[in-house]
Amino acid sequence: MISLSEFLIFGGLLFSISVAGIFLNRKNVLVLLMAIELMLLAVNVNFVAFSHFSGDIDGQAFVFFVLTVAAAEAAIGLAILVTLFRNRRTINVEDLTEMKG
Amino acid sequence: MTLASLNLQPVLPEIVLAAMACLILLVDPFLPKRGPTVSFVLSILTLVALFVITLMQMDDHVRMSFGDMVVNDPMADLMKLVVYVLVAAVFVISRTYLRQRGIDKGEYYMLGLFGVLGMMITISSNHLLLLYLGLELMSLALYAMTAFKRDDGRASEAAMKYFVLGALASGILLYGMSLLYGVTGELTLTAIADTIAGGEDSMALKAAVVLIVVGAVFKMGIAPFHMWLPDVYEGAPTAVTLFLAAAPKVAALALVMRLLVDGMGPLFYDWQPMLIVVAMLSMAIGNVVAIAQTSFKRMLTYSTIGHVGFILLGVLAGTNEGYAAALFYTIAYAVMTIGGFGIILLLARQGFEAESMDDLKGLNDRSPVMAFVFLLLMFSMAGIPFTFGFWAKLAVLQSIVGVGLWWLATFAVVTAVIGAFYYLRAVKMVYFDQPEDTSPIQADLNVRGVLVLSGASMLIFGLYPTGLTTLTAGAFGL
Repeated sequence: MISLSEFLIFGGLLFSISVAGIFLNRKNVLVLLMAIELMLLAVNVNFVAFSHFSGDIDGQAFVFFVLTVAAAEAAIGLAILVTLFRNRRTINVEDLTEMKG
Repeated sequence: MTLASLNLQPVLPEIVLAAMACLILLVDPFLPKRGPTVSFVLSILTLVALFVITLMQMDDHVRMSFGDMVVNDPMADLMKLVVYVLVAAVFVISRTYLRQRGIDKGEYYMLGLFGVLGMMITISSNHLLLLYLGLELMSLALYAMTAFKRDDGRASEAAMKYFVLGALASGILLYGMSLLYGVTGELTLTAIADTIAGGEDSMALKAAVVLIVVGAVFKMGIAPFHMWLPDVYEGAPTAVTLFLAAAPKVAALALVMRLLVDGMGPLFYDWQPMLIVVAMLSMAIGNVVAIAQTSFKRMLTYSTIGHVGFILLGVLAGTNEGYAAALFYTIAYAVMTIGGFGIILLLARQGFEAESMDDLKGLNDRSPVMAFVFLLLMFSMAGIPFTFGFWAKLAVLQSIVGVGLWWLATFAVVTAVIGAFYYLRAVKMVYFDQPEDTSPIQADLNVRGVLVLSGASMLIFGLYPTGLTTLTAGAFGL
């Protein structure tokens, strides 16, 4: 039987990987979008684990809403990515430096 | 719960808004291509109708509905009324600018209305899920609005930065929420507060507080999590910047109030020190870095960061006087910001963005009335006595002195004095420098009208602040 703390460590690891992915990634904007999705999934792991071990169904209902929002977020993110590529012909993170200061 | 027992009346404004936004979404593509006048008029009518409905529903009691998920208290009612007025003003002032740039499309108003719906849900939520959904609905509409000028590389870049950092903030906030749920076993904010007050205390709870504060502060654009704000405000079309800077700040204050005060009120001594640090950083960075800016749009953005720091001072006082002061400051800030970015809309023409400080030079020679409006706005932002902004700063400072944080009040006053320098420098440019471009101002009546109203409110609320003070105090039962 897997215990609650093991689920939480797993969720924490996923979350750390995604935050590291956002801050360390200097190459591709698509990877940023993946990291954002991973972050929401880490949260879902937490919610499901807490919900299961406390016998309270609300946390699992929360997860469905988070999944829906994640889909909407991915749609908007990719749409912005398309306009960005059309204007700049690149999706490198390092090239997004027209504005500074 | 059956449908018949479900009382829909408390969420009537939200239902009306959702229906109207969908209606505009459907009607707009079938309209002739003369510009979205119908969508614009419908949007304004919707906001007027919402104002009337909310005004009729207002009373002094806290009204819970939907199994305690939705809360309509006096604070929520007042915040919603303010949001309607701000958004209507932004829609009216933006039209000329959007038309001249070929982006006066129905989408702007439709996305704006969905953003308002998100703000209303955030303001009225008493449940972590509802709070998150409201926040996301608002944020997604704002990301799309930022990228709205599709052929502009700067706008796309700004939208991408806004999207990535906004999603990061949501993720951090949500992770904090999941820990809070795990520790307390509750999702309703008031129930969470009850559980915590019952003696629940653990490391996980502390971690939840840190994550939620970081997420909320990120969304508000407070230093040290402000790095997205200048780029987004600069890159977005000015009409969108105006939208981003005004009404969403009211919703951001509601987010902080609901999460920290309603949900984690018993942990006040855990989150107060964190808010003190970020508020101090925000006031210092906002006001000092603004001095170095050559772009007026960027200067206003840094001034926003400074103002938001002041708003937090009211929240971290932890008293009802403090919360009322924070709400008063937010209203003052939003009105000043519409005026401030409105000046850029006033000076902009077809194919010309008036974003540089140099574009302000000699405004007095070109239009004395607008120069005076500008003077009032800058004086108010600087907090010079007997303007709107002065009473806002005074109320916030009084509330933190009231809880014994006099050293923090001293620090705030010092940063405000530093801030006064660049506001007064802008006024000096308007009155004493020679204009590079002597052509008369060509702005339309709608831009001038909103600007004059915004300037006049600086003077009216500066001389008679009592009416609004009574309203904001009443929102917190004072």
